[in-house]
Amino acid sequence: MKQLRRSKINWAPYIFISPFFVLFCVFGIYPILYSITTSFFDWKLIGTSAPKFVGLGNYINVLTIDPFFWKALLNTVVLLIFGSLLQHFIAIPLAILINSHAIKRKEFFKTTFFLPYITSTVSVVIIFGMLFDTNYGLVNWIISLFSDGENIRWMQEASGIKIVLSIILNWKFIGWNMVIYLAGLQAIPYELYEAAMIDGASTFRKHISITLPQLLPIIFFGVALSIIGGMQVFEEPFILTGGYDNLGGAENSGLTAAYYLMFTAFKAYRLGKGSAIAWLLFLVIIILNGINRKVTQKLQG
Amino acid sequence: MIRTVRIKTVSMYVVLGLMALVFAYPFYNVFVLATWPSQQVLRFPPHFFFGGGLAENMSQLLARIPFGLNFYNSLGIALLSTISVVFFCTMAGFGFAKYQFRFKRQLYFFVIASMAIPGFLNIIPFYKMMVRFGWINTWLPLIVPGMAGAFGIFLMTQFLENSLPDDILDAARIDGLSDFGIFIRIVFPLARPALAVLGIVTFVGSWNNFTGPLILLPKIEATTLPVALTVLNSRVDNNLGALMLGNALTLLPLMIMFILFSRQIISGLTAGAVKG
Repeated sequence: MKQLRRSKINWAPYIFISPFFVLFCVFGIYPILYSITTSFFDWKLIGTSAPKFVGLGNYINVLTIDPFFWKALLNTVVLLIFGSLLQHFIAIPLAILINSHAIKRKEFFKTTFFLPYITSTVSVVIIFGMLFDTNYGLVNWIISLFSDGENIRWMQEASGIKIVLSIILNWKFIGWNMVIYLAGLQAIPYELYEAAMIDGASTFRKHISITLPQLLPIIFFGVALSIIGGMQVFEEPFILTGGYDNLGGAENSGLTAAYYLMFTAFKAYRLGKGSAIAWLLFLVIIILNGINRKVTQKLQG
Repeated sequence: MIRTVRIKTVSMYVVLGLMALVFAYPFYNVFVLATWPSQQVLRFPPHFFFGGGLAENMSQLLARIPFGLNFYNSLGIALLSTISVVFFCTMAGFGFAKYQFRFKRQLYFFVIASMAIPGFLNIIPFYKMMVRFGWINTWLPLIVPGMAGAFGIFLMTQFLENSLPDDILDAARIDGLSDFGIFIRIVFPLARPALAVLGIVTFVGSWNNFTGPLILLPKIEATTLPVALTVLNSRVDNNLGALMLGNALTLLPLMIMFILFSRQIISGLTAGAVKG
């Protein structure tokens, strides 16, 4: 009997799912394992010198000598907070607002807020570069209507670059987060609010004591995605501050960890060191997600 | 009482309307600036209305970058990616949703877990591999590795599990269709709504991809629109009118798609988050 069944194995499902596994082994797992090895070598992309084994040398170099790594990591965390995490405080009220039964044309608002998310980063950054232009930008023009001060030099000053980058990230991702929260809100049972209405609780009170706790699992998930995405942010600062040659603009203010990783590998051609940066960054992402999990558990329990 | 409710509703609309303006204006701005000749793009106060420099910007744009080729590359890569992703992910989704086999749970978990791996971890060896394959400046590295992406498999498995009735499959089997025949003749046509979602989302992702072509397509003739735009942007003789027009033409296909398919795009892009 057992023999018979074995001979009747249907291979079709294995064949159907096999393309993913073949491709993932070749283009995913193999390079990832290879990058562990690479990170222990002094490995240059150009030149004839053979890769030299340096042990933890790349990691020690990045963590103790390199002047840019810590700076880049700090920049990334600042952008993570102001560009990716704070926007949840905007996305949740926005979702509550759109979810309100007083609002018609929900689809219109949802679509409008979502549009930036599907726009290519290059387009977005070029537009925002114009809007925040020192002499001719719309933003400084609006400010000039209300005050007589000098034009703000957004792109020439360290803090200006961070503010513009944070605004871009907020603008791009609020709509996405809002849609997620909207779906979460629609899943909250209405009875929960009825009890509060009988008690005469205010709208604000209702959202604090019912909506937020109910949304907590979604908030955890949204924050986790923000951490993963935010710690990898590369395209926005890279394009806004002018690519490899400018390394993040004034005071390297726009230099993020992923930006520095790309610079190290594809401009300085130091593949070993670049791989070491990649693994350090991966470690940071894991730690931050661990913190997120701990905080969520505390809030739940 | 009624009055306070009305004031409340009006102020809600005002807040939403202002925010909608903030979200929509930059798009309008691109199209406005694309119509002003280069020397007039920058002005104080800024332009709010269209100008008459469209033709001049077009000729400047074509003189500075091989715009036609870049458009062709963007479109070709996006279309081929879309077709292959739709095919292979539906096939895998069918396998996971409608068959029982050994290690199915573990294999599916592996697919899902692979989505959490950050892209930068393998980028350096991947690049070296592409150099060795001779794939630099070709479409292949931007199509082949993602042909059976995990996200698409997740999307199709979810859909087929919930909306493909087993009776139809059994009937087809009794009629003598092979497994692959069932996939092509039954599953594929019935999965059309989900295919549309996956296809559009894949197209948008490929069209917007920047980091991939930046590394893998360094030659200006071989590269895609987003990278060509940054080349245009960083040229010493930067022609702002041409840049704005190039930007507008990169945005336009996406905006048309979004207006036509916003529901599918939003549901597709948030599928993992909303269901997970």
